[in-house]
Amino acid sequence: MTEQVKEYWRWKEYNWRDKNMDPKGAETISAGVDVGSVSSQAVILVDGKLFAYSNMRTGSDSPDSARKAITWAMENTGLTLDDIHYTVGTGYGRVNVPFADRAITEIACHARGGNFMYGSSVRTILDMGGQDCKAILCDEKGKVTNFLMNDKCAAGTGRGMEVFADLLSVSIEDVGEMSLDVDEEPPPVSSTCVVFAKSEASSLLREGWSKKRVLAAYCSAMAHRVVSLLERIGVQKEFAITGGIAKNAGVVTRLEKELDLTALKSQYDTQIAGALGAALFAKALVEKQRKKVAQ
Amino acid sequence: MITAGIDMGAKYIKAVILKDGEIAGKAKVATGFDSTESASECLAQAAKESGIGVADIKHITSTGAGRKSAPNINSDITDVGAAAKGINHLMKNVRTVIDVGAEEGRGIKLEETGKVVDFAVNEKCAAGAGAFAEAMARALEVSLEEFGKLSLQSDKTTPMNAQCAVFAESEVVSLVHAKTPKQDIARAVHDAISSRIVSMVRRVGINKDVALVGGVSYNPGFVDALSRALEMEVSVPKDAEFVGALGAAVVASERVQS
Repeated sequence: MTEQVKEYWRWKEYNWRDKNMDPKGAETISAGVDVGSVSSQAVILVDGKLFAYSNMRTGSDSPDSARKAITWAMENTGLTLDDIHYTVGTGYGRVNVPFADRAITEIACHARGGNFMYGSSVRTILDMGGQDCKAILCDEKGKVTNFLMNDKCAAGTGRGMEVFADLLSVSIEDVGEMSLDVDEEPPPVSSTCVVFAKSEASSLLREGWSKKRVLAAYCSAMAHRVVSLLERIGVQKEFAITGGIAKNAGVVTRLEKELDLTALKSQYDTQIAGALGAALFAKALVEKQRKKVAQ
Repeated sequence: MITAGIDMGAKYIKAVILKDGEIAGKAKVATGFDSTESASECLAQAAKESGIGVADIKHITSTGAGRKSAPNINSDITDVGAAAKGINHLMKNVRTVIDVGAEEGRGIKLEETGKVVDFAVNEKCAAGAGAFAEAMARALEVSLEEFGKLSLQSDKTTPMNAQCAVFAESEVVSLVHAKTPKQDIARAVHDAISSRIVSMVRRVGINKDVALVGGVSYNPGFVDALSRALEMEVSVPKDAEFVGALGAAVVASERVQS
């Protein structure tokens, strides 16, 4: 691909740190690394408080992506890998995090992270990731009680949305807002398969539909697909959405409307839920280890 | 007696002119934006090839996904009915027809008269259709023709984890990064589609002889993968892509006579 071609699906990678916090002298520094199929995140907690994180695209080499994510999270923090007491790897590439002390499933980590981000009242977490979509039920401690997932089909996933952003030449970050800017809600795209939905969208454009209208039809189809997953497991209040699609107001608004339920808002980045949960597990595990040694 | 069958496919429109039970002419036109106009064009081409005028056609029967939008037709028939009729006209011993087009896959069980006993269809997911092979050929940056031929050069089984065409595209890219030879990737893709289709066809039961029709039958890599998955020989009739249109033309002549 030449450089002149804009890749509309390409979302921005970033890192963040709390400049008011000083990790020196901290009792526990724990880390979580979530190597997903599309994106990877690393989260660093200092005594259980969010200190730094990164969010980037997963490359073709999982160990390399894990290393890059943690290095980027540590940027300008003065920390090195040796300063981190315990690291938990999660996500589909969790066994490929070379510096992790342990691997924990992303389902458990999302529930744990969701509990931290949205508070103990959250009972249903919908994680809309790059290549899968999970509905997780959890208790007040963030422990998983049930879950359902779709990881076979791109309909209802971030990857599907990337394909559409590219097809319509709309930056992935703008898809949600644009899709809400329609006078009247169009009927949803009828094809389930993203490949077929693409040809459906092309013919809608040829019929004279605006990009906004096509995006509205697609966001509404995606919301509808996910609602059927949620209905199978039975949504319990409170309800929250994590993952990249949680940032797409077009899908979230339509989902809330169809469920007749408002999703909880969080001050934290919705894409770090898995890595955050992993870092929380890491903290608990290192403290347990210390207790054992002390006895 | 002259009749015509017109198959309004997702990608191509096919027309067959039948004169006293023999194919007199055929034509294929890209469906394009205006399928009604493309259909008229296709029929005119087929008539020209047959050396007849469109006005000489006694009865026109349409089939395919867009069969209702075909112009000036006398009747229509389902894809399944047309494929069964068409294959029966060409190969009397066929009891199972596997019809794989760009966006649909079908398994049809039929009697010796060409009557349909049972069928299964996939129209929801690209993983069991020609669109899957097309997307993967694109990811490998080879033409579809080359892709099918490449597959025959490999004798290695490489598993594909992804079922979804969108996810499989990323998997193909990872396989390329892992330096998997192109021919092995091509074989893996054809194996994936054929295993999808075979599991669908098994639902109706597979009886000998088995024939493959539809656009994907032109892909030798797929034909090979399918016969390996079925552990049976798969016959591909000449002009396999026109079987639906032929079936419609046969039905048209039956409807004139009755």
